[in-house]
Amino acid sequence: MADPALLRLAGVHTHIGRYHILHGVDLALGEGRLMMLLGRNGAGKTTTLRTVMGLWRASAGEIRFAGSALTALDPPAIARLGIAYVPETMGLFAGLSVRENLLLGTGPGGLAASRIEEVLTLFPVLREKWDLPAGALSGGQKQMLAIGRAMVETRRMLVVDEPSKGLAPGVIDQLIAALAALKAAGTTILLVEQNFAMAAALGDDVAVMDDGRIVHVGTMAALAADTALQVRLLGLHLGSHQ
Amino acid sequence: MRAGDTAPILAVPLLLLAALPAMGFADWLTLSASGLAMGMLLFLMASGLTLIFGLMDVLNFTHGAFVGFGAFIAASVWARLPGLVAAPGLAANLLALAAAGGAAALVCGGLGLAFERVVIRRVYGAHLRQILITVGAMIVAEQMSVVIWGPDALTLAKPASLASSFIVAGGAVEKFRLVAAALGLAAFAALRLVLARTRIGLVVRAGVEDREMVEALGYRVRRLFVFVFAVGTALAGLGGAMWAVYAGTVTAGLGGELTVLLFTVVVIGGLGSVSGSFLGALLVGLITNYVGFLAPKLALLANVALMAGVLLWRPRGLLPLVRT
Repeated sequence: MADPALLRLAGVHTHIGRYHILHGVDLALGEGRLMMLLGRNGAGKTTTLRTVMGLWRASAGEIRFAGSALTALDPPAIARLGIAYVPETMGLFAGLSVRENLLLGTGPGGLAASRIEEVLTLFPVLREKWDLPAGALSGGQKQMLAIGRAMVETRRMLVVDEPSKGLAPGVIDQLIAALAALKAAGTTILLVEQNFAMAAALGDDVAVMDDGRIVHVGTMAALAADTALQVRLLGLHLGSHQ
Repeated sequence: MRAGDTAPILAVPLLLLAALPAMGFADWLTLSASGLAMGMLLFLMASGLTLIFGLMDVLNFTHGAFVGFGAFIAASVWARLPGLVAAPGLAANLLALAAAGGAAALVCGGLGLAFERVVIRRVYGAHLRQILITVGAMIVAEQMSVVIWGPDALTLAKPASLASSFIVAGGAVEKFRLVAAALGLAAFAALRLVLARTRIGLVVRAGVEDREMVEALGYRVRRLFVFVFAVGTALAGLGGAMWAVYAGTVTAGLGGELTVLLFTVVVIGGLGSVSGSFLGALLVGLITNYVGFLAPKLALLANVALMAGVLLWRPRGLLPLVRT
């Protein structure tokens, strides 16, 4: 029987140098769903995303995406399956213009006018900065460009690491709108986020990590409604953490 | 290149002006023309080195060996075309030059492909091992050229129609140097165009900034690097061929001697920066000629002093790359 999950991690271990970071991560993400990956700093969230992208090799376990075993592939091959990755550092090319950064997110066909319009409608400020180097943008504008680059081409899955980090509330609202639009278009999204308000606004599902393992899986709505669970899993509750 | 980066570009005209009071106008003109021509040739050889370092963080001390091979291959072709070399017509001379340069570029590009596959691929990410193995390969390459072409210097006659000089205001500008300068300039323009206007150039520029992210976007940087390595070694070979004709003599030690100059050029320019290397090459060419004339004993020291001065002013080179 075909796996109902688009992305499935089973018993994934990752070592970085001599450090054992992931201790058997099990995770299933359904097609078209938006999963928030939560957890305190150092819990292994970024490592999980990087392992999915092949940027760090899993030392044990299996990662499958739409039937392909990702553990056997290198990052370019993984990306070509239709996965866009926005790292915590945003991964922009500071010396290249906004246009060139977007162009790198496209396939051989280059920038399609309709997709550019879509990105520029969501992030109008990028239009004014079109020919400026990405290094000259503000933090919020950079994050918009990073998300924009991930959406100029149709992707099956988007993997985003802490997009709200260090951004003003107005910018975060724009990012939430962009991610919601992507989700509405059917893109599956795996999102690491520390901003609980953003997580609660977007997430269908939630997985909480601690010490390199998944310690809780459920719906975002259930976690958002259960203060005791939030305190137990995250050491916080919704009202206190923005 | 970013706005506000105009100061390094002014370094070349400033150096030209600064040298004028130190000598007569005729000498200045001759030395400046010859320095700029030498700079263009150095750029031809160094452009590959800077891209190879910028894109894959590979310190390739064997780069000079490709210059040396290019020079010897050109000398061999030269010796087989005495008719074309000695012919009084410009077209015949240029044909000989194209044959020598083309053969050098082709063979060196091919050798570069093989070298990347056999040696460089095994030492990605390990600078110390890169230095050890590429310095070792440099020694092997030098000895190989002694085995193939013999221990004695080979001499090349200047192409008949390009051996003479234009006399401008009392200063002599050798015609061949103009051809060399034109070739260097053309290579610079072509590289800039490919880097600025093509998809492959865009991916190279992005890869120089952040290789990992380029791979996460679905591009195979390694495959691209093999291509850049081959183009870089082909340019080194072409530069070597032009150098052989420019200097009129080729020895087995040529590659090793030029390696120091080429690294100086690349470091002055900012590692990985093609435009920076171009400026660095012009400065090194000019300084070498000026100091060689004014105080020959200081010639070797001059380029080291230039490098120290530039790095004190701009620690990451004249036109450093933006790294994210």
